[in-house]
Amino acid sequence: MADLRTDFLGIKSPNPFWLASAPPTDRKVNVERAFRAGWGGVVWKTLGEAGPPVVNVSGARYGAIHGPDRRVLALNNIELITDRDLEINLKEIKEVKRAWPDRALVVSLMAPCDEESWKAILARVEETECDGVELNFGCPHGMSERGMGSAVGQVPEYVEMVARWCKAHTRMPVIVKLTPNIADIRQPARAAKKGGADAVSLINTINSIMGIDLDAMTPLDAIDGKGTHGGMCGPAVKPIALAMVAEIARDPSLAGLPISAIGGVTTWRDAAEYIALGAGTVQVCTAAMTYGFKVVQEMATGLSAYMDRKGYATIDDFRGRAVPSITDWQHLNLNFVAKARIDQDLCIKCGRCHIVCEDASHQAIFAKLDGGRTFEINEAECVGCNLCVLVCPVENCITLDHKTHGVDPRTGLPYDRPPLAWTAHPNNPAVKAAE
Amino acid sequence: MTIAGRPQGLSDVAAGRLDPKTIEANFSDLHPPLGFHAAKVESDRCYFCFDAPCQQACPTSIDIPLFIRQIAADNRTGAAKTIFDANIMGGMCARVCPTETLCEEACVREAAEGKPVRIGLLQRYATDALIETGKSPFSRAAPTGKRAAVVGAGPAGLACAHALAVAGVEVTIFEARAKPGGLNEYGIAAYKAVDDFAAKEAAFILSVGGIEVLYGVALGEHVKLDDLRRDYDAVFLAMGLGATNKLGLPGEYELENVADAVDYIAVLRQAEDKSTMPVGRRVVVIGGGMTAIDIAVQSKKLGAQNVTIVYRRSSKHMKASRFERELAQTNGVVIRTSARPVAIEGHAGVFSGVLFEDTHEHEGVFAPAGSVFRIEADMLFTAIGQRGTPEILDGAEIELTGGRIVVDAERRTSFPGVWAGGDCVVGDENLTVVAVEDGKQAARSILSALGVSAA
Repeated sequence: MADLRTDFLGIKSPNPFWLASAPPTDRKVNVERAFRAGWGGVVWKTLGEAGPPVVNVSGARYGAIHGPDRRVLALNNIELITDRDLEINLKEIKEVKRAWPDRALVVSLMAPCDEESWKAILARVEETECDGVELNFGCPHGMSERGMGSAVGQVPEYVEMVARWCKAHTRMPVIVKLTPNIADIRQPARAAKKGGADAVSLINTINSIMGIDLDAMTPLDAIDGKGTHGGMCGPAVKPIALAMVAEIARDPSLAGLPISAIGGVTTWRDAAEYIALGAGTVQVCTAAMTYGFKVVQEMATGLSAYMDRKGYATIDDFRGRAVPSITDWQHLNLNFVAKARIDQDLCIKCGRCHIVCEDASHQAIFAKLDGGRTFEINEAECVGCNLCVLVCPVENCITLDHKTHGVDPRTGLPYDRPPLAWTAHPNNPAVKAAE
Repeated sequence: MTIAGRPQGLSDVAAGRLDPKTIEANFSDLHPPLGFHAAKVESDRCYFCFDAPCQQACPTSIDIPLFIRQIAADNRTGAAKTIFDANIMGGMCARVCPTETLCEEACVREAAEGKPVRIGLLQRYATDALIETGKSPFSRAAPTGKRAAVVGAGPAGLACAHALAVAGVEVTIFEARAKPGGLNEYGIAAYKAVDDFAAKEAAFILSVGGIEVLYGVALGEHVKLDDLRRDYDAVFLAMGLGATNKLGLPGEYELENVADAVDYIAVLRQAEDKSTMPVGRRVVVIGGGMTAIDIAVQSKKLGAQNVTIVYRRSSKHMKASRFERELAQTNGVVIRTSARPVAIEGHAGVFSGVLFEDTHEHEGVFAPAGSVFRIEADMLFTAIGQRGTPEILDGAEIELTGGRIVVDAERRTSFPGVWAGGDCVVGDENLTVVAVEDGKQAARSILSALGVSAA
């Protein structure tokens, strides 16, 4: 059996699955239910400074994109930080940590951009004996209009400044949670590191409007006839989050910066992918909000089975292993040639490969409709683009073959040429200039 | 057909063998319709194939991938319009088509996983919404001044009339019966078209306007083909098959409780209260086609205890589809094959059983297998096929084969100005969908012949 235990900034948890700061972690009753279900840790829903309680809307605060079977592909929300009294939250955090010492308990924080506010709340949080704090620089709705959340996360100088204050006023590990609503995720990550943060977590939610009600002519879902953008999460955001995690993981100036990855983790496989990109833990929200806490049991058993299959004894055995393979386009081997191959025994003759290649690609799949209705690759035109592979409804029916012997009928060039990247390609003006 | 509605001697024929509620439930929808969510989920299973095999398998070439995609995108009436553009009887075809041998057999998911997209049910989902409005989504082109006569308001006749009317032709339909719909109204099994669907569909089709239906007017009797040719610019014959085949055995006409299945079903279909229909406790059906299945299953649903279909050839020759045969079997009908009737037996003028002879078939030649068996029963239904009644054509020089009209690809008969389609023409399959296609093709040909551009 693989060992799923993790040690992230010294914070230990029995598995890498943490619940992200979100509605499921707003109160003791939920968090204890989560721990009983098997979650390795939680990031308690964001606390704000003492004072009059936060006021949420009392209408739809979530929106969704559904698949045809109403599978939730993405959620968005306009919920603010916790609207419960700070003292109650602090008391419950302390109780939970004492009752569940083996689980990770990190507290998310958001405060106005002044040092005293952060100092004050950090002192109170430290009393709970929680394992660390996560700075919410991410929420793109509501609080950002008040100068917090993503309003901080979008300005690297603020990120650095607040991170530095926090490191100065607490002994607890500090994780900076990054907003994806920014052009270059490395900038705030570098700022966090420069400010002394121990780790980053990403991504927070993506700015979004989930749809327009074409009868009411309002955004979905509206509050008294009006709507606003919310923060989107769930399976649909995972590719964006993977790219951002990868950017940080492979940035030399951020080497070694621990990452807690967030974004559409729904199954063990999603978690394993983030770990392969270097994440030390993963955080989950939408899967729990869609199916309940039990989903962690699939995640933990699935990850364990995968690791056993691969012979990975610990998470660290495969953590970051995919990072070296991620590079810039300019370093891809332009002499590599792949062409599609159709397994005629598996083909169900839907013809989608043909029509998409015909209409949207390179006219490289023949449709032979007389008699047998077969679809065949025209290697003289196929550029190996993968579109047919992706649209084929049958697993492994169409695959890309790496060509190594013979001559490419499309280019007339042999298949087995030595690797050649754009950086050295004769068509690259920069290469010519250097000569 | 004389059916004694009382136990008589050893014979037991009675109405109301089951309580009315059970009978009503037995005659409810064979396939309940899909709801909104189920339709959405099912529509997502369609791969939107290139040059879709399902569309090619459809005799009316409905653009199935397009209408399914329209359902998936919440455009139910658009989906219905796509269907009606190709097949104005898409609603009935969704209910009665042998989809398992047409579109759904061709569906690539059938090859992939043995579970085709449920095209029939999706087609019903799409068409039901529009038919329930009772209003045609089609509008008529400007009047052309042309007039066409259509004989028969069945699927072929209505399809032809509709296409002609849309193109601006004035159409008169001559219908021998009291209601439109042909076999949709009088023939197919009741549980396939519940809630008076055949009538609703006919009203929906006729709502386009420009079609006058004269009921109770039979060709050859009340109106002559020559008159139609004289008075109209084109004539489309779609009167179906007016007669049924007979066993040719003594007792077939004389004995009580021996009935022609087609006649019985017509009465059954029109019966408001099915529990008034007398049926035997033990029923034997002779035949191997859809009518044999329909009468056998409906006998069961009326409360018959033992129903046996006897077919003279082996099961692979049965015209009833495999689905239909299985439907019969799951309803408790016993199917015996390779046996032919040699004597109809009765006592005191009342049917009591059939003596069968086992047959042995070799390369199409029947030979007695040397054994006989008797099935004692209270009721006998014959369902051995229908035949044409060319005599109603009054000797017009129309080429016939086996009593049915010969047509070319455009559904032209050998007689100038006369087209034909549906069951009265020579063809392998007497399907509603084929009849609709006949009507559609004939209308195209007629419009072309009259110099009218199709709408």
